[in-house]
Amino acid sequence: MDLSDTPEEAAFRARLREWLAEAVPAAGPEPDPADWPGRRAHDLGWQRTLYDAGYADVHWDASPALRMIFLEESEKAGAPYVGANFVGLLHAGPTIAAEGTDAQRARWLPPILRGEQVWCQGFSEPDAGSDLAALRTRARRDGDDYVVTGGKIWTSHAEVADWCELLVRTDPDAPRHRGITWLALPMDAAGVTVRPLRTLAGSTEFAEVFLDEVRVPAANRVGAENDGWRVTMVTLSFERGTAFVGEVVACRRVLRRLAGAARENGRWDDPVLRRALGRLDAEFRALWRLTQWNVSEATANGGVPGVAGSVFKLRYSTARQDLYDTAADVLGAGALDLDRPWVLDRLSSLSYTIAAGTSQIQRNIVAERMLGLPKGR
Amino acid sequence: MSVRFGLTDDQKALRTGVRRLLERRFPREALRAAVDAPGRLDRELWRALGEAGFFALRLPEAEGGVGLGRPEAVLAFEEAGRALLPGPLVATHLAAGAVPGAAGGEVAVAAVDGELVEWLEAADVVRGDVRGAVPLRSVDPLTPLHRVPHPAAADPLAVLLTAAEQLGSAVRLRELAVQHARTRQQFGRPIGAFQAVQHLCADLLVRAETARAAVYAAAVTGDPGDIAAARLLADEAAVRGARDCLQVHGGMGFTWEADVHLHLKRAWVRAGRSGGVTESEELLAAALVR
Repeated sequence: MDLSDTPEEAAFRARLREWLAEAVPAAGPEPDPADWPGRRAHDLGWQRTLYDAGYADVHWDASPALRMIFLEESEKAGAPYVGANFVGLLHAGPTIAAEGTDAQRARWLPPILRGEQVWCQGFSEPDAGSDLAALRTRARRDGDDYVVTGGKIWTSHAEVADWCELLVRTDPDAPRHRGITWLALPMDAAGVTVRPLRTLAGSTEFAEVFLDEVRVPAANRVGAENDGWRVTMVTLSFERGTAFVGEVVACRRVLRRLAGAARENGRWDDPVLRRALGRLDAEFRALWRLTQWNVSEATANGGVPGVAGSVFKLRYSTARQDLYDTAADVLGAGALDLDRPWVLDRLSSLSYTIAAGTSQIQRNIVAERMLGLPKGR
Repeated sequence: MSVRFGLTDDQKALRTGVRRLLERRFPREALRAAVDAPGRLDRELWRALGEAGFFALRLPEAEGGVGLGRPEAVLAFEEAGRALLPGPLVATHLAAGAVPGAAGGEVAVAAVDGELVEWLEAADVVRGDVRGAVPLRSVDPLTPLHRVPHPAAADPLAVLLTAAEQLGSAVRLRELAVQHARTRQQFGRPIGAFQAVQHLCADLLVRAETARAAVYAAAVTGDPGDIAAARLLADEAAVRGARDCLQVHGGMGFTWEADVHLHLKRAWVRAGRSGGVTESEELLAAALVR
């Protein structure tokens, strides 16, 4: 058990910290959350800055320890998070890197790393959410193209994306996991319609994507036809591994601010509130250590973060909701004012126990794959 | 950093060694025999623990100890918690080097912790002011308790070792729950095939593994905040874990015969040590505004 940096890690951390101290202020203020073109430009601009400084591929090539340090220091410095680059950097990109041809890697990866193109994820459908393998968006082969018809939902950044990693059904007669294919869909193709969905927080974080006889070249297929399920799962655990490291650091900062605010408005004198804040601090300390533990164990066991990510996500999603519920206790009547800090965060925290696998699905995963219990019903 | 957080080969060997020792010297029959003879400290077992270095683990080699650190002590106490090993383990471990005979297991040491003393009558040496001590009819058949009018604050290390014991219980309770869920049949299938039961078991694992990360990290850093966090997570994992494990066991869980209640009662005793959860929560809250 050792939590200290190696000399190499310490050097990386020091160099990064020094660079961030100059680069972050130069990146300019965060754009308004409702300003999608502005957010796209801001997120891509930061990725370009990372590229120029040699940090663009830290999520892909660096050791897990360096990746953790990168996320930790970036968050501490107040650097922009991946934002609109999320799917490109953390899912579609790694999938193409692992399963694509040389030509596909040369075509799609450099624009992701240079901050030139945004990817979105076309997985869920109105009737295929937790049961993703029930997806029905149909792709029929016609010459050198697939002709795609159907619809996707909960697609983040669809409004500003250049590409969509799309799961389609190519063989409706095969067992359901074996008739799925992974395609790169250009979002400007004829027949693609994006309809923004308004979340309960009032913003348009994601969209519905309608596909009507959209022609996608067969050259855009990654992996073999009907092998899309496996292609996707190779990297799906990635987003449950280290993806939330920065957020845990950010939550700890919010917690300190909450305590400060409570001291100022007198609510600190309430021992129930004070103890709730103390317990949240324990929770986020533990989540930070759990991330380190999971990365450490995954490295020792050969690399890929496994179902341990489900353990983290189950705990973190609830902790985040508790954090902002406690923020409401600190704010008092202010908790009902959308212009106060933390009120929108409280609303958006509600998605955490649903997105990227609901808490119920995560518990099924833990029960079946970690505890070896019989498949549930 | 993080990639070397896991156990070293030596630490894994130490953990296995302690587990084997306890399986040999304190099997389930011994546990149940101890339940039937409350208040009796097994001196032979105590000396065996001493010879194995359980109490002298952190004592420097120059002083006749094993010369290991907090992480190794935490691993040993996790195993003790898992086995529900009775006796004033924490007080004797902390007395090694200070109280003659403690390190070798020739002497059992009790200590005042908060307003309670565990194993007061069986101990050879008592640390702290026990004037006016009154025996309680202890809820835990494996931990005799006295209440004292002059409370004493606890050593942070005692908090950490207690958290390690709670972690051991939490992990064991997860195993017991899963074992039962796999074998108990109702409606023609193992009850572990029902999601309602699966989700109880999954939560047992989530709480135990989150606590593990917190306890091990606190063992590495020794930071008072990390120790307080570890205790809160480990208490929750053991107490909630025992409740959920009991629920998975159904009617069997409510019996004296099943071991679940022994874990629950011990977890309650441990959660009451060192000022209880309130003190740890207040400590962390205070650190937030410093």
